[in-house]
Amino acid sequence: MVALSDYLILSSIIFCIGLVGIFVNRTNIITLLMCVELILAAVNTNFIAFSHFLGNDAGQIFVFFILTVAAAEVAIGLAILTLLFRNRGSIDVDVTSTLKG
Amino acid sequence: MENLYLTIALSPLIGAIIAGFFGSMLGRSATHWITIIGVAISTVLSLYVFNHHVLEGADAFNQNIYTWMQIGNLNISVGFLIDNLTAVMLVVVSFVSLMVHIYTIGYMHDDDGYTKFFSYISLFTFSMFMLVMSNNFMQLFFGWEAVGLVSYLLIGFWHHKESAVEANLKAFLVNRVGDFGFLLGIALVLMYFGSMDYAEVFSNLGNATGVTILDDYSVITVICILLFVGAMGKSAQVPLHVWLPGSMEGPTPISALIHAATMVTAGIFMVSRMSPMFELSDVALTVVMVIGAITALFMGLLGIVQNDIKRVVAYSTLSQLGYMTVALGVSAYSVAIFHLMTHAFFKALLFLAAGSVIVAMHHEQDIRKMGGIKDKMPITYWTSLVGTLALIGFPGFAGFYSKDMIIEAVHFSSLPFADWVYVAVILGVFITAFYSLRMFFIVFHGESRVDHHTAQHLHESALSITFPLIALAIPSAIIGYLTIDPMLFSGWLSDAITIDSAKHTSMSTLSESFHGAAGMIPHAFVTWPFWMMVGGIAAAYFFALKRTDLAEKVKEKCHRSYYVLDSLYGFDRFNEIVFVNGIKKLGNFLWKVSDMAIIDKLVVNGSARLVGLIGRIVRPVQTGYVYHYAFFMIFSLLIILTWVLFAGDKPLLSI
Repeated sequence: MVALSDYLILSSIIFCIGLVGIFVNRTNIITLLMCVELILAAVNTNFIAFSHFLGNDAGQIFVFFILTVAAAEVAIGLAILTLLFRNRGSIDVDVTSTLKG
Repeated sequence: MENLYLTIALSPLIGAIIAGFFGSMLGRSATHWITIIGVAISTVLSLYVFNHHVLEGADAFNQNIYTWMQIGNLNISVGFLIDNLTAVMLVVVSFVSLMVHIYTIGYMHDDDGYTKFFSYISLFTFSMFMLVMSNNFMQLFFGWEAVGLVSYLLIGFWHHKESAVEANLKAFLVNRVGDFGFLLGIALVLMYFGSMDYAEVFSNLGNATGVTILDDYSVITVICILLFVGAMGKSAQVPLHVWLPGSMEGPTPISALIHAATMVTAGIFMVSRMSPMFELSDVALTVVMVIGAITALFMGLLGIVQNDIKRVVAYSTLSQLGYMTVALGVSAYSVAIFHLMTHAFFKALLFLAAGSVIVAMHHEQDIRKMGGIKDKMPITYWTSLVGTLALIGFPGFAGFYSKDMIIEAVHFSSLPFADWVYVAVILGVFITAFYSLRMFFIVFHGESRVDHHTAQHLHESALSITFPLIALAIPSAIIGYLTIDPMLFSGWLSDAITIDSAKHTSMSTLSESFHGAAGMIPHAFVTWPFWMMVGGIAAAYFFALKRTDLAEKVKEKCHRSYYVLDSLYGFDRFNEIVFVNGIKKLGNFLWKVSDMAIIDKLVVNGSARLVGLIGRIVRPVQTGYVYHYAFFMIFSLLIILTWVLFAGDKPLLSI
C-alpha cells in the first residue's frame, strides 16, 4: 500500500526539480514553461493524494481546473514565445531582460 | 412718497441702461434726450422733495423698501432716509448733474464715445442718489463704491491716452486706501452696535461711550477716525488727495460733475450724516479739523504754480474741500453743507467755463497760451467772473457767506489747534484770491498769446455750453444770500444734524453774532478775510497783468520754494518711492524667493527629485531576468512561511 507520505515526497521532489529548473536554466524560455508545468504537476499530485486519503472529491475537481488553466497558459505562453522569437531572433533567457531598471 | 423717492433714484439708472446698451442703436440725439429726461425727472422731483421736506417741514422719511440680505439677526436693506440734509443734497446733485448733461452735448460733440459718456454720467447720478438717500451703512458703502467705479471709468474715458489710464488707476488705488479705512469703520459699527441702520446705531451710541478697544482707545473715536479716512479718500484730503489733480485727465464735464461738485463732497456729506457720532469724540473732530486746514492751505498754494487751466481749478477744489472739512471739525456741519452747496454751484460753473475755453482753444489747456480772450467769449467771461468772485468770497456772492461762516466758526471753536487753523484758513483766503484771479487775468485779460490759427476760429461756445454756465452763474451769485439764514440758523438742517452745543459752542456763538445776510456785507469791510481777499486780487493783478516779468524773477529768486511747490510737496514722489517701489520690491521678493525658490524649486522640483533619488537607489534590484524575480518570490515565500510556522502570534510548530 502506498502511503500518503510517499505521494507527498514524490510531489515535493517534482516541485523542487521545477524550481531548480527555473533558477538555473539560462538558455531557453521553453524550459522555463516546462518547469512551471512541473510545479503545477507537483501541486496536482498533492491535490489528488489528499483527495484520495481524506475522501473528499473536491480536490480532484480542482485538478481538472488546474489542468485546463495550465493548458491555456501554455498555449498563450507558446504564442508569446513565437512572437518573441520573430521580433528578437532569440528565446534566450539571458537576452530577454528589457525590464531591467 | 416711497415711489417718488424710488423714481428719483431709478430714472437716471434707466437712462444709463438704455444709453449704455442701446446707445449705438438709438443714435446720438435720442441717447442724450433719454438720459437728460431721466435726470430732469429726478431734478424736478428733487425740487418737489425739497419743497415738501424743507420748506413745508414734513417729517423725515425713514423706511426700508427691500431686504437685500438677511444674515442671522442682521438685516441689510435697501432703504431711504429722506430728511432735510438729503433733500438739500438731492437738489444740488440733480441740478448740477442736469447742467452737466446738457453741457456734455456741446462738449463731447466730436467724441466717438458720446453715448457711452452719457450712460456713465447717468449711472454716476444714480450712484450718488443711492449714496445720499441711504438709511444704512451698507447702502452708503454701495453708493460710495459705485461713484468710485464710475469715477474710474470716466477719468480713463480717453483710454488711448496713457496719462489718463495712469490717472484712473491712481484714483482707484488711492480710493481703495480710503475705502479700507471706511470699511473697517463700518465693520466696527456693526461689531459694537449690531446694526447697519443709521437710526438704530445713533440711538445706541450711549452704549459705546466709555468702551475702549485695543487697550485704551475709545471705540467711538476709532470708528470716527476710520470713517474719516474713507472721507479723506473720497473727498481728497491730505495725504490721500493725490488722485484728484490727476483725475483732470478725464473730460471736463466729469471734472465738474464728479471731481468738483458731487462725488468729492460725499465724504463731507457722510461726516455730516454721522454728526451724532463725531460729536462724541473731540479727538476725531480735532483730527478732521487739522487735516482740513492742512488741505485748505497747502493745496491752495499749489494752485499758484500750476499752468494748466483745469489743474488750477482742481487745486482750488482741494483747498475748498479742506475748508468744508475744517467746518466739520469745528462741529459746524451745517456750515460745511452750506459751503458744499455753494461750492457745488460755483465750482461746477468754473469747471464748465474752463471747459468752454478749452473747447474754443481746440483742447489747449495751458494758460500761458491763452490771454485776452475776454471779447471773443463774453458769456464765458462774465460767468467765469461770477464763479471766480463766488470762489474767492467777494461780498454778496455765494462763496462769501459760506466761507466767512467757516472762518468765523473756526474762530469761535474751542478745540485744540483751533488758533492755528484760524490762521491757516485766513491765509487760505489770500491764496484763493491770488491763484483764482491770476488764472482769470491770464486767460481772459492781457495781451493775447493765442497762436494765429486758433485765434482766427476763436468764438463763443454753442448754446448747450453757455446755457449751463448761465444757469449755474445765477445760484453762484445769489444762493448764499438766500439760504444762509434758513440753512444755518433757522433750522433747515437742525433735525438731521446733531450738535453737542454744551461742548462745541461754535454754532451757537455764530448764531448769536449773526445779524442777517444783508448785514454781513458792510461788516465784511472790517474783517480780515475781506482784506486778505483784496490783497490776493491786488497781487494777482500785479503779477499777471502789470508786471508779467516779475513772476519769472520771483520764481528764480525763490527757486527752492518754487521747487517744493512745483513738485507738489513730493507726495507723488514719496508714494512712488515708498509704496510703488516698495510693493514692486515686495512683489519681486515674493516672486523670486517665495514662488520661484520655495514653491517651484523646493516643493515641486524637490519632490520630483526625491522620487528620482529613491528610484536610482532601488533600480539595480530590477535586473530584468525572470529567474531573479522567481528566486526572490520563492525565497521571500520561504521566509514568510518560516515566520508563520515558527514565530508569529500562534506558531503552528514549535522548535
